[in-house]
Amino acid sequence: MNFFTRFGNRILAPLVSTAGFGMRIAGETIYRIPQLPKRWVTFREQFYLSCVRTLHVVVFVAFFIGMIVALQVGLELARYGQQEAIGYGVSLMMVREMGPFVTAILMAASVGSAMAAELGTMKVQEEITALEVMSVDVISLLVLPRVLALTLAMPILTILANYVGTIGGGVIAVTQLNLDFGAYTTNALTSLRDIGDWIPLPISLFGGLLKSLIFGFVIGVIGCASGLSASRGAAGVGRTTRAAVRDSIILVIVLNFFLGKFLFQ
Amino acid sequence: MIHLEKVCKTFGDLKVLDELDLHVPRGSAFVIMGPSGAGKSVILKHIIGLLRPDSGVIRVDNMSVPDLKGEPLRDLRRDMGYLFQHSALINWLNVFDNIALPLRETMDLPEDEILDRVHHVLGLVSLSQADHKFPSEISGGMQKRVGLARALVTRPRIILYDEPEAGLDPGMSVDIARMIREIGQELGMTSVTVTHSVDCARTVGDHLALFIGGRIALQGTPTEVLDSGHALVHDFLQGSSKS
Repeated sequence: MNFFTRFGNRILAPLVSTAGFGMRIAGETIYRIPQLPKRWVTFREQFYLSCVRTLHVVVFVAFFIGMIVALQVGLELARYGQQEAIGYGVSLMMVREMGPFVTAILMAASVGSAMAAELGTMKVQEEITALEVMSVDVISLLVLPRVLALTLAMPILTILANYVGTIGGGVIAVTQLNLDFGAYTTNALTSLRDIGDWIPLPISLFGGLLKSLIFGFVIGVIGCASGLSASRGAAGVGRTTRAAVRDSIILVIVLNFFLGKFLFQ
Repeated sequence: MIHLEKVCKTFGDLKVLDELDLHVPRGSAFVIMGPSGAGKSVILKHIIGLLRPDSGVIRVDNMSVPDLKGEPLRDLRRDMGYLFQHSALINWLNVFDNIALPLRETMDLPEDEILDRVHHVLGLVSLSQADHKFPSEISGGMQKRVGLARALVTRPRIILYDEPEAGLDPGMSVDIARMIREIGQELGMTSVTVTHSVDCARTVGDHLALFIGGRIALQGTPTEVLDSGHALVHDFLQGSSKS
């Protein structure tokens, strides 16, 4: 076998196959959205796991992210005597980028990986095959409630991350840059008032939330698709879980760039 | 009823089914016996449409299984029960919900009838008191019986047993085999059992096929095959007793 054949067999074929399977799962999930009322109990449980059980981590991390952004940007602004502008910088940075992005990374690492591990274990223990043999719709039963729960949990967690991150930035503004907290929050809120060209709403805020909605769907689909393609026992489950987190993070980063360009440029 | 003709299946370089011919008549308790790892379960997976053959004909009730997709395949599967080697119960559902799952998901039945049907099959497998327990709270033998109840609850015409004695101690294996035999006689279903256990084959089957080298080497009643003194049977029994 020459280099190109090996490259094709080892890299391209699995990549195309994985991407195709993921897109099929995404399409089938969207197609089954009208079945959500039938899956209400599972959806509620998954929403609780995705949203409530990860809340404390999001709050903790977002607070520090807000402080980091405020510290780094604030110190540079202070060199030019522009530290009052820190409120604008932190809130825009949190709402447009860091809130949705950091929440997505946390969700990929916690919820996405859990989905991959749970469905992967079911796959290698033949539970998924058993469902297929019983003619049970696996996408409707297992994938739909998980993906939708994560998709809807993401904007809620992102709003929280935006809020807490901006407060964290305010703490740095007051303690390190000697600014007034009231002025900081006024600036922070003023920066979010820009109305979008294509949507009559504050574009920074709703653009960020739209991103988070898309990230949630992508992470859910990748987690479920990875789990459903698991094979070869416990080692296979470990492999697919790792792949789910890796692929989710890569895709979130790539999407973040293109969505940011489309929404805010 | 179940008809396989010149079925071939290869995984990588390994030829698992080599022009396999098999005919299972309606109402029979058919046993396919062969060494572990020979590909017996692969035959069942072809019959229920989980695997497609490289070549050959597979017909169930005159329907070509490899050609079925979507709803027709689901219809065929609704007429079949399948007992998995390791039960394959859904871990987050209790015994009752595991058994009720195919009824709730694939049949439009009122909850009263689901309740009746589940309790009926739980009675058949002597597990009436365990309906609230989770799979992790019951023994391997009980899990196997729950799997059997789940396979029976849709009232299938055909039932496929994949190594029903796997992972069970000898006493429990005998119990399961007896239960399969009695339920088969009571409900009059067609069954196909794959096993490497001679005891299980003698208890469960009224017809036995010895599967060696990807094809059926010998067949007849269990007594005819196992007491034939044929060299292949002798070799299999020697290997079986060593393992």
